[in-house]
Amino acid sequence: MRVNVSVNGEPMTADDVWEGESLLYVLRERLGLPGAKNACEQGECGSCTVYLDGVTVCACLVAAGQAEGREVVTVEGLSSGGGARRRGGPERKRPDARPGPGADELDEVQRCFVEAGAVQCGFCTPGLVVQAHSLIAGASRVPEDAEIREALAGNLCRCTGYEKILDAVRLAAARALADRGAGDGGAPAGRGR
Amino acid sequence: MDFLRPATWEEALAMKAARPDATPIQGGTDVMVEINLDKGRPAALLDLNPVAELARWSWTAGPAPMLRVGAAVTYARLIAELGGWLPGLAQASRTVGSPQIRNRGTLAGNLGAASPAGDGHPPLLASGALVEAESVRGTRLIPIAEFYTGVKRNALEADELIRAVRVPPAAGPQHFCKVGTRNAMVIAVCSFAVALDVRARRAGTGIGSAAPTPRRAYAAEELLASELDWDGGGALDPALAGEFGERVAAAASPIDDVRGRADYRRHALAVMARRALGWAWADHIASPGGAGPGTERRNEETG
Repeated sequence: MRVNVSVNGEPMTADDVWEGESLLYVLRERLGLPGAKNACEQGECGSCTVYLDGVTVCACLVAAGQAEGREVVTVEGLSSGGGARRRGGPERKRPDARPGPGADELDEVQRCFVEAGAVQCGFCTPGLVVQAHSLIAGASRVPEDAEIREALAGNLCRCTGYEKILDAVRLAAARALADRGAGDGGAPAGRGR
Repeated sequence: MDFLRPATWEEALAMKAARPDATPIQGGTDVMVEINLDKGRPAALLDLNPVAELARWSWTAGPAPMLRVGAAVTYARLIAELGGWLPGLAQASRTVGSPQIRNRGTLAGNLGAASPAGDGHPPLLASGALVEAESVRGTRLIPIAEFYTGVKRNALEADELIRAVRVPPAAGPQHFCKVGTRNAMVIAVCSFAVALDVRARRAGTGIGSAAPTPRRAYAAEELLASELDWDGGGALDPALAGEFGERVAAAASPIDDVRGRADYRRHALAVMARRALGWAWADHIASPGGAGPGTERRNEETG
């Protein structure tokens, strides 16, 4: 079957999709977006976390046909310039790229993962970045450690580099909230769980 | 495999009638695991995501209004939007998987899969929920205690779909507890829910993951109905709480399996039931009005 889906702001079409196929397989193998990783295929590890219509989901548990007509944002879509790109095709800029970061510049969350040394083998990183992005996007103050742990409870790091990952999320949240002009004393962080 | 995409509820019922072998898929958190790991291959998937009305909740009409939770309402929304009226169910929902799973998974999916370990079942049993099942032949309201018929089997006919779950709003304190190896991403070793209806002097219970189906502990409920000092504002009698725990454990028929031994499950159930009742009673004493939040009628509807 054919699946039409908006990925990172760009309308895309995948053909010859098997009816039992996952959104993850379509992203990685048919649309050339290998950012979301394929690990457990049962929703346990979070490596394939993407946004589906604005909320984070495990792409391995979304049937490809369920994504028809919906909006997906992958880790590639968080950085400017790294968005929708077909394998071997020309590099295209994200259509909705906001002014600010230049081409191929990382999102704040990604930058903080690099700065904090929160990347070891890197396999869990894309899922953690998307899930942390969602936590921070919905936060009105820097989340407490318990809230970060809860938000990231479904993302496994087999290198067990969790302390640095928490450092990265704290750093990214502090910077994002400073940018937004919100302080530490705001209302409790609401979304992201 | 076929992929069926009804745009409306009527279309969904017609498709299910024509293809009783089709597996309904909502959040996919059970169905896709089966397919990905090649444990089973449905003849067809019936994608209910496009049926927008299923994502809404509302109140039923009548003298005792219930929350009618549409089959596509996710655990995340149930926690955020309905937790005030359904605190036991919200507690259980918070223990489901991870945020990503709660963003997709639904109570109706839990019922469709009918795993004895599903986290949604004990609070539904404790509250006396009704499953709204529908087919082209009509609608049935199935009392939750009659819904589970065996391990991963339920009372739905081959042409029926779950449209909504009807749950009475809390009429007193409710608690849920669950034993697992981690505080997240855990399938219950065993679980328990209690719901007190102080005005009616009634307690509801639900046991999870300790029998072929989720089930109530009737003898434990009867004990509280007759022995609990409903009018007094005093502390819970420890002997009564202990007896309640023992009766809950006695109502289970657990097995030894990869997650735990039968005797451990019985022991843990007795402890959980005793503690859950203690927490519920402490809540009751702390709010002398007796009634929990959300007993008054509300008219909001969301989508």
